[in-house]
Amino acid sequence: MAQPIARLEDVCVSFGERVVLQNCSLEVPEGSIICIIGLSGAGKSTILRLLDGLLLPNTGHVYLREHDICHMRESQLIEMRTKIGFAFQFAALFDSMTVGENVSLPLREHTTLSEKEIHEIAMHTLDSVGLAHTYHNMPSELSGGMLKRAGFARAVVTNPEMVLFDEPTTGVDPIVTHLLTDTIKRLRKQLNSTAVVISHDLQSIYMMADYVAMLFEGAIIAYGTVDEVRKSTNPIVQQFLQGSEVGPIPL
Amino acid sequence: MAQVLREVEESPAAQAVERVSVGVLASIGRRVSDSFEYMGGLTILTWETLKTIFRLRIRFAETLNQCYLLGYQSLIIVLLTSLFTGMVFSLESALTAVQYGFGSFVGGIVSYTVVRELGPMLSAVVVAGRCCAAIAAELGSMEVTEQIEALKSLGLAPVRFLVVPRLLALMIMLPLLTIFADVIGVKGGQWIAYVQAHIGTQDFMASARQTVGFEDVVKGLFKSLIFGIVIAMIGAYQGLTTTGGAAGVGKSATNAVVTCIIVIFILNFVMSYFLYAGA
Ligand SMILES: Nc1ncnc2c1ncn2[C@@H]1O[C@H](COP(=O)(O)OP(=O)(O)O)[C@@H](O)[C@H]1O
Ligand SMILES: [Mg+2]
Repeated sequence: MAQPIARLEDVCVSFGERVVLQNCSLEVPEGSIICIIGLSGAGKSTILRLLDGLLLPNTGHVYLREHDICHMRESQLIEMRTKIGFAFQFAALFDSMTVGENVSLPLREHTTLSEKEIHEIAMHTLDSVGLAHTYHNMPSELSGGMLKRAGFARAVVTNPEMVLFDEPTTGVDPIVTHLLTDTIKRLRKQLNSTAVVISHDLQSIYMMADYVAMLFEGAIIAYGTVDEVRKSTNPIVQQFLQGSEVGPIPL
Repeated sequence: MAQVLREVEESPAAQAVERVSVGVLASIGRRVSDSFEYMGGLTILTWETLKTIFRLRIRFAETLNQCYLLGYQSLIIVLLTSLFTGMVFSLESALTAVQYGFGSFVGGIVSYTVVRELGPMLSAVVVAGRCCAAIAAELGSMEVTEQIEALKSLGLAPVRFLVVPRLLALMIMLPLLTIFADVIGVKGGQWIAYVQAHIGTQDFMASARQTVGFEDVVKGLFKSLIFGIVIAMIGAYQGLTTTGGAAGVGKSATNAVVTCIIVIFILNFVMSYFLYAGA
């Protein structure tokens, strides 16, 4: 396994009374695509927030390379985040800007490229998710699935070292799901970037994932390659993968 | 005796009283700790914002845009409130003053009050109603739709990106608005003094000039500057700490305006005390 680019170590997170993660540990090997699966509300998005330093754990550590983000100052966190892309579950596009401005924003703020180059790159990235024609639209004019793809484009436009995708394929049609899966794979191939993907779409997981981690009741209960996890003897994993109503997972 | 006491203590009524009083104490305690948290958070945010400004990490285009949205677009409403307040003030004072034979002081009285108190206060309250709510609602809806997190995830600090332009805009525009408010308030007063009490324009202005010094104008504008900071920071803080979806955004906007207006009234007294009376 490659060196981890990011690592959670015995992390606990709770919101008030509600314990979301409990002694959760996870390694993200550099240059791999790792998919996190788990029930809704299990804390998958919370893991991504931790990896981006948007949320600090109550106890435990979050390492990026060898730096513990719990000890970073806000200015260091901000600097660090320029190397990490985050595609949010509900897109979170800035609704006061056009789609094109949303996608060009990180380029405009963090690079010294000319306006023309920025426009070209943004257009190209939007095109790769099939949205070139929406460059001048406002986010409110797009459908949910389109917003998600625009958020996806904004997350990858700077070619970050690691990209965190929160349910990129939920609520998206099968053809676009395929397109997005391909884009994630291509990024890894061209730039050796790391991707952490939350997904419920088992087919696309099987297509792209190097590793699969299953989150259940606050901790990772299964972790391994796609085949390893599929062959897991853990009844919880099996029930989840088969989508069966009967089994140990309480409904 | 002890037996009786114990019975009293254990009676349902006593327990209810105890529950209520503990409840009241707990809720007072929570209020106090909440308001300390509020003040602490507000102070930290203000400090961060000022630091960013001093490092000249300013987005000029956005600041200009905010000057237009928060400042220029408040002009009409500031002018109207100030005009009518100056007029009504003059209406009340002019006739009485003439009756008692000191009509020549009306210009002084009106302009003195407008420049030192009414101009800065009225503009601040009007702009607070408009802009503090707008800032809280805009940042609040960005917070609940994860746009603030998205901003951070792109390596952009919300303070530099959102708060600094709004703060600068209000620090520049509120004093400017106050100048307009001062002028139109005095002019309105002068007009009514002429119409109602036949106090001549020249008399009115001569008295005004004699009473109001340049220093008074500057002190009034200084108050506006502080009010501008208060409006921007309370709006921004409320917005950035919004939780609870659309309902939360509404609550934030209301809280922002109420808090802001109360703070403006208190601060106005404190500043007047030190700027005028204390001196
Ligand atoms: N800011 C928050 N405040 C309170 N509870 C939260 C917050 N964020 C997440 N939670 C709770 O944490 C749990 C996990 O959330 P999340 O990580 O979004 O789940 P998911 O696995 O569906 O992405 C949920 O029960 C949610 O209610
Ligand atoms: Mg989620």
